[in-house]
Amino acid sequence: MDILVWLIPISLFLGGIGLVGFIWTVKTDQYDDPDGASQRILSDQWDDHPKP
Amino acid sequence: MVDAAQHYIEEQPGGISACPACSAAPAAEDMARRARELEGATLALSLPGIHCAACIDTVERALNAAPGVREARVNLTLKRAQVKADADVEAADLVQVVEGVGYEAHELDAGTIAATATDRRGRELLMRLAVAGFASMNVMLLSVSVWSGAADATRDLFHWISAAITLPAIAFCAQPFFISAGRALKARHLNMDVPISLAILLALATSLWETSLSGEHAYFDAALTLTFFLLAGRYLDHRTRAAARSAAEELAALEVPRAWVLRDGEEVQLPVAELSIGDLIQVRPGGRMPVDGEIVEGASELDRSLLTGETLPVPALAGQGVSAGEVNLTGPLTVRATAIGRDTSLARMADLVAIAESGRSRYTSLADRAAKLYAPGVHILSALSFLGWFLWSGDLRVALNIAAAVLIITCPCALGLAVPAVTTAASGRLFRRGMLVKHETALERLAEVDTVVFDKTGTLTAGTPEATNLDAFDDATLSLSLALAEGSSHPLSRSLVTALRARGIAPAPVAELREVPGYGTEGLLDGRRVRLGRAAWLGAEAGGETATWLEGPDGLVEFTFTDSLRDGAEAAVRDLLAAGKRVALISGDAEGAVADLAARLGIEDWTAGALPGDKATRIVDLQAQGARVLMVGDGLNDTAALSTAHVSISPASALDAARVASDIVLLGGDLSPIPEALGIASRATRRIRENFRIATFYNVIAVPLAVAGLCSPLIAALAMSASSITVSLNALRLR
Repeated sequence: MDILVWLIPISLFLGGIGLVGFIWTVKTDQYDDPDGASQRILSDQWDDHPKP
Repeated sequence: MVDAAQHYIEEQPGGISACPACSAAPAAEDMARRARELEGATLALSLPGIHCAACIDTVERALNAAPGVREARVNLTLKRAQVKADADVEAADLVQVVEGVGYEAHELDAGTIAATATDRRGRELLMRLAVAGFASMNVMLLSVSVWSGAADATRDLFHWISAAITLPAIAFCAQPFFISAGRALKARHLNMDVPISLAILLALATSLWETSLSGEHAYFDAALTLTFFLLAGRYLDHRTRAAARSAAEELAALEVPRAWVLRDGEEVQLPVAELSIGDLIQVRPGGRMPVDGEIVEGASELDRSLLTGETLPVPALAGQGVSAGEVNLTGPLTVRATAIGRDTSLARMADLVAIAESGRSRYTSLADRAAKLYAPGVHILSALSFLGWFLWSGDLRVALNIAAAVLIITCPCALGLAVPAVTTAASGRLFRRGMLVKHETALERLAEVDTVVFDKTGTLTAGTPEATNLDAFDDATLSLSLALAEGSSHPLSRSLVTALRARGIAPAPVAELREVPGYGTEGLLDGRRVRLGRAAWLGAEAGGETATWLEGPDGLVEFTFTDSLRDGAEAAVRDLLAAGKRVALISGDAEGAVADLAARLGIEDWTAGALPGDKATRIVDLQAQGARVLMVGDGLNDTAALSTAHVSISPASALDAARVASDIVLLGGDLSPIPEALGIASRATRRIRENFRIATFYNVIAVPLAVAGLCSPLIAALAMSASSITVSLNALRLR
């Protein structure tokens, strides 16, 4: 059962990373245009180099 | 813009505070200008035609290439483009840029849509939902280990970890429920949030107590899943309403209020908000009066149909009064403003509507009715089981545990999802059919409708005239009238031109063609004077119908017009009658026109010449007889009726005041979705009732277990999740 001492903090930490990531996406307006986001991946405009 | 500049100045105290008296003024001006240049302007365009990745690319590329544009981003969900540009870039130029690459674009008033730009409440709910989801998954993991056999010290450890996750998570996530419950209790009544908050708090308290005594059962997972499901319902509810609100605001923002004002002998374009009394305002043909005022110069005709429902244009001459909302038809007018902004008769009438609207809030939604029955019942049941167990066993801990279990089991988790899940599905379906549901209880009220009252002008008719007696004339007459009609932009002339061109008629060679504003057009045919225009101008006897007269070589000829029907009007009336609804027509227009239209559509119950007050009274009478009235109207004269009716619909072309007063807005020009909307609404209401029954069914099974003390946290979790999922799936059947 000693393994729990490691496993529980690790699982909480990993979940926490996911949560922080989600909060970051909300704060940076990434859910403002879900339809647009699903279409933009089809655009080849920034395929060669990222948007400056 | 001024605000931004001032803000900028305030943030730079060092630069200008040294010598406020001498250097501040020029420095401030300079800085304000620089601030304006730095800040630029944010412009918004509505792009109704975009739908794919290629559209986004084309529009963004075109906008970004336009001079002065810093950044343009298209939002496909809202079908809008947000453009950051230098301060001197006008939205009209950008509209041309977008139209140049082949897409429809309209300017949006940035002030009006700014309110919906960032949806703070929605974001907060989403954040709480995410935290609740994260916490409940972790706690559920620990709870599953406990249920599957963890014992003694391990179980206690898991309980303590659960508590450490749950307490801060609940403190953050369940705030909306606590706040709403607190508000309700302060006002001394019960709402759904009171039992919710009590269940969450009691579950936490007993679980903590149990944990500290190394007890077997803890309800941390239940408290969190409960919060998660309820937040999901709240978020759905919020999103539906936010989408409707933003679409409604976009309609308002499309009417950018601008006016041409004569200042120091020059014409300048100003926002209507900046006009002042006494300003001389130029209103061009086709323009809407921005203010109440008096005509100083010019002669024209006014279309007052949005205010009164009359289709016949009214002559307008110098010295005559005009009110905001009227449309100038033929000649340019100069108007001296006598009342502006909130003081115009238009705004005052709109305000009256806002006051009258309070009647609607008396409608109690199904959810409220359920809560009224439910909340006290739950509390009494829980209190009784606490008392019963305490008296029987004398053990406070057991009694409290059972009371908490009863509250958790009965907690209206499924009830909280029952209504929003259905309204989200139904509103989404109506939106795809071109209807925007603005009011939260509109669907429930729509389902009860048994009488439909239509307005005529602008609602059943498209507001564009259609010539009726062209077949009665020979080609020479027609070609002469075409030549004369082409000299004017009056709606009757334009309608004549379209109809005659469609018949392949060529215009006669008329010389010296000129328009006499407010009267008609005249010219010379083979040296003889020919005229097309008002009956009075040509010396003819005006009839009751909309008509224009031609004075040609063969004497006087009358062209009569009727309003063309709006798309889907016939189908809508037919389907409504077929569905067994009573259909009535109430119009402010003249009797002949109304009777004619009623006969065409098969409406037996019609009223003509109704004043705005008459319409509302008629609806009150109908409702007093027990009818549930759906009012469909578009004009200012309809707003009182729209807000007195049980539920109301207005087309997107309606006056802003009418759209505000109605529960549902028809986005397209077509009326045929109305009967379907009634069907969807009654199905949605049926689903809501079904959902209530499903939720009750789970309670009927689980509550006796809880009262008997047999309900473990596992059973509570199963019952709760199962009922919430069934309710959501049932709602999805509506799509």
